[in-house]
Amino acid sequence: MFEVTIGIEIHQQLDTCKLFCSCRSQLVDEEGALFFRRLRPTQSEMGEVDRAVLAQAERRMHFAYQAPSAVSCLVEKDEEPPHDADEEAMQTVLIVSAMLDSKVMDEVHFMRKIVIDGSNTSGFQRTALVAVDGALEVNGHSIGILSVCLEEDAARKVETKDRQVTYRLDRLGIPLIEIATAPDMHDPEEVKEVAQRLGSILRSTRKVKRGLGTIREDLNVSIPGGARVEIKGAQDLSLLPTYVRNEMERQRSLIEIKQILEKRSASPVPIEAKDISALLQGSRSKVIHSALSKGGKVFCASLPSFVGTLRSADGRLRLGSEMAQHARSRGVAGIFHSDELPAYGITSEEVVSIRKFLGLGDMDAFALCADQADRAEPALLAALSRANQALTGVPEETRDPLPDGTSLYSRPLPGAGRMYPETDVRPILIEQDRLLRIKENLPELPEARTLRLVRDYGINEQQSRQLVREGHDELFEDICKDASLVAVAARTFLSTYPEMQNEGVDPGSLDDVKIKEAFSALTSGRFTKEALPAVFREMVKGASVDQAVSSLGLEAMDQDEASKIIDELIGQRADFVREKGTGAVGPLMGVAMNELRGKIDGKEAADLLKKRVEAFLKG
Amino acid sequence: MEYAGILMPHHEFSHPDVIIIKLKSGYNVGIKVDERSELALVSKARERPLKRRSAKEDSSLPTISFLGTGGTIASYVDYRTGAVHPALKAEDLVATVPELSEICRMRSKVVFSIFSENMNVETWQSLATAIADELNDGVEGVIVPHGTDTLGFTSAALSLMLGDIPRSVVLVGAQRSSDRPSSDSYINLLSAARFCIKAQAAEVFVLMHGETSDSYVHVHRGTKVRKMHTSRRDAFQSINEGPVARMDLKGELEMLGECQVKSSVKVSPDVRMEKNVALLQFYPGMGPEMVRRVMQDQKGLVVAGTGLGHVSKEIVQVIKELVSQGKPVVMTSQCLGGRVNLNVYDTGRDLLSAGVISGEDMLPETALLKLMWVLGRTDRLEQVERMMSENLRGEIAKRREL
Repeated sequence: MFEVTIGIEIHQQLDTCKLFCSCRSQLVDEEGALFFRRLRPTQSEMGEVDRAVLAQAERRMHFAYQAPSAVSCLVEKDEEPPHDADEEAMQTVLIVSAMLDSKVMDEVHFMRKIVIDGSNTSGFQRTALVAVDGALEVNGHSIGILSVCLEEDAARKVETKDRQVTYRLDRLGIPLIEIATAPDMHDPEEVKEVAQRLGSILRSTRKVKRGLGTIREDLNVSIPGGARVEIKGAQDLSLLPTYVRNEMERQRSLIEIKQILEKRSASPVPIEAKDISALLQGSRSKVIHSALSKGGKVFCASLPSFVGTLRSADGRLRLGSEMAQHARSRGVAGIFHSDELPAYGITSEEVVSIRKFLGLGDMDAFALCADQADRAEPALLAALSRANQALTGVPEETRDPLPDGTSLYSRPLPGAGRMYPETDVRPILIEQDRLLRIKENLPELPEARTLRLVRDYGINEQQSRQLVREGHDELFEDICKDASLVAVAARTFLSTYPEMQNEGVDPGSLDDVKIKEAFSALTSGRFTKEALPAVFREMVKGASVDQAVSSLGLEAMDQDEASKIIDELIGQRADFVREKGTGAVGPLMGVAMNELRGKIDGKEAADLLKKRVEAFLKG
Repeated sequence: MEYAGILMPHHEFSHPDVIIIKLKSGYNVGIKVDERSELALVSKARERPLKRRSAKEDSSLPTISFLGTGGTIASYVDYRTGAVHPALKAEDLVATVPELSEICRMRSKVVFSIFSENMNVETWQSLATAIADELNDGVEGVIVPHGTDTLGFTSAALSLMLGDIPRSVVLVGAQRSSDRPSSDSYINLLSAARFCIKAQAAEVFVLMHGETSDSYVHVHRGTKVRKMHTSRRDAFQSINEGPVARMDLKGELEMLGECQVKSSVKVSPDVRMEKNVALLQFYPGMGPEMVRRVMQDQKGLVVAGTGLGHVSKEIVQVIKELVSQGKPVVMTSQCLGGRVNLNVYDTGRDLLSAGVISGEDMLPETALLKLMWVLGRTDRLEQVERMMSENLRGEIAKRREL
């Protein structure tokens, strides 16, 4: 049996118009006009309507939308029916389907998939299954491709305040290709390779967006005895193996907790919270004091037989943190539990009195939550439900990836999509000869491109492979239309970029346009190639090329100005120069370059220095 | 390749050789079938009986009557098949807008079930009769969910046919069908019920979103309202007057215009209408022969003229002929906004001498329905002219503020 089973889903934004309108697919800083909407669960979804449940759902469903005019129209505002699906996007997904050797549907039907978190103004996402049953070869291992879909991206969340979420419509409607692999991976590192490989196939169409956030991965991870957990929306490819390893560890510890609880014959904890506000009236705990002073309450619940599972002494078992994540999803800051107390200002006397109040034995644990009563109680109850799931092991769920490689509970795993036909969009018939033409004209595959870059630009194969794998090849070729830039472009992508990443600076945030601007400034002599890394570092901080040049003091000098500086240096060291003659050029070079680096080219500086020294000696 | 799933009904725009299958994942896919394809029945669909909900009634609440006309203002989706079912019964409405049962008792009747494009004199007549029966039965208001395309025509027709009414009749539509979470139908329906109860008003109104946001609704007078956008939520606008009222999502009501107040008057609808009345929009180069032919079997004509109410010389001539044949011609403006004035230019004066009746600031569509209604009662030209010029149901305003 495999130690772990992993499948991935990759979402790649396309660089075409939006899927169902003629807006540009671009993110912008402009907020645009603001409007407000509500979404309601539709009747079939709600089943038996419980008024209280509806009210609660209602409160969470007030949304504000920013509609920047250049990148959103009535379609994104859900004020006009969708137009026909973008031809270029459709063509691209067919090309990708062919490259993945998958079977394309004879007729593609767009569906409405209900999503009521506000990220789609309509309350649903338009999505179509385009192809199924493909395969991808990675390191001699065949990875099944379950499906290739074409769908619209959701609006971008810009703010969550109280109960209102604000979205920006720039991202809504950008076409996404969604590729789902079979659960054929069993090694955390392989996940990264498969993702990279899919990324380079997608990029080879030359129709996909590049840069941070334009490709997102969902990981489906399970270990034997565990359950399928989906880590949704990872953007940093290099972290994929870490997410998998951490998830394996998390599932192992949950299985261990289950075994411990079984051994103790633990039964489900009662889902009830007791008000212990009076008991903790004088507490010096900041959290408790602040809640009570604002008229809030402290609720507490017993967890019979759970001692040591909420947080084990070695920190490996952490059911408490899982429970806290569920509580937080109900709007509180967190919970306290007995495995970590006394702490956080809660004294051992207080712990004893709580235990006594609840009538707990040695093996029993408790948890408490302090906040406004209408939040604290439901939050604690949610935490208790999570505790009970521990009795059965690992719950299936969706988790949000965090930048440190761990993940947080976000919601239960969605069931089969609640989908119904998008009647406003016509079905698209895919003729066999169209597919045939596509197959005959497939774009250059990553391997072929690697070899061609070696041939065309004289870089070595290892460099070329890295450029292709990391997706710099397209931009590299673009820049290297000016053949004099090959070496510096290769150095930029293959060493400056990794250096910046190691420094924690993300070059991925620079878009192609900005990068090309920097290179063209270099060609036009604004600064020298030695200064390029510094220019990029400034640009990542948000500077324009011009700003970078001026803040680095790189304004390139003309020969006269440089001569003046060199003459000054020679003047300061007149005796030394007279003594050494032209032999002084070598030693002076370092001093001169300190003054001139980035402002004039190194070789030019050496020539100039030599000339000025000779002139000086001639007197 | 083998596909298993639920066989779906054929889509209108689908290729004739394609069958549509809903896969387990929920996706529909189209598969071409030819002589080599093999189809096998795995199992037959099971009918899932629709759960009927009993509407709980609080007898202290006022009763509101919902009269269905078709359209999908209230509907729900079966995600298993993707089918959209209209919610026709009161119980179904409660299920879609449960808040309704907190403010009123509901009774409902399906008068007919058609697309709103297919409305005509007969449907307006049966709708007016059904509404009159409900009002005379003492309900607090009548709500008519209606397709939006012809909502303005129906509201004008009902305004004229019903005459004085004791309580409000509110026509309400949705620009986004109610199978979508973003539908405007919930807010419009709920606001319509609140308006019937809260407002002292007793006229025929149209209630729809006031802006693109889900923030407030506008209540428009039935004779002054027009659909001004093909798809926006706030497509309905009052023309040549402001909305009568505005209500926010909490039900806070602000009356903005004057209207008839609630009373205990009995409704005696007069549903007589002359069907053979035409509405023509004038355009430069419009052929007089075409108009003559059209008018051969028509009893009256409403023209949407240019600007202040103008048509070409040739058409003035046709109008003159029509009037001399005893067929009334009413002039309105395709500008929609503003009042017809036939005194300013020669053409206008010629039209007046030709015997045209000024439609004042009436919408062309309202003028059409009014002429139908007037011709339903008299064909004497002077009487037609007098009634057309008289403000009967708020369709003509004598003054208009900036």
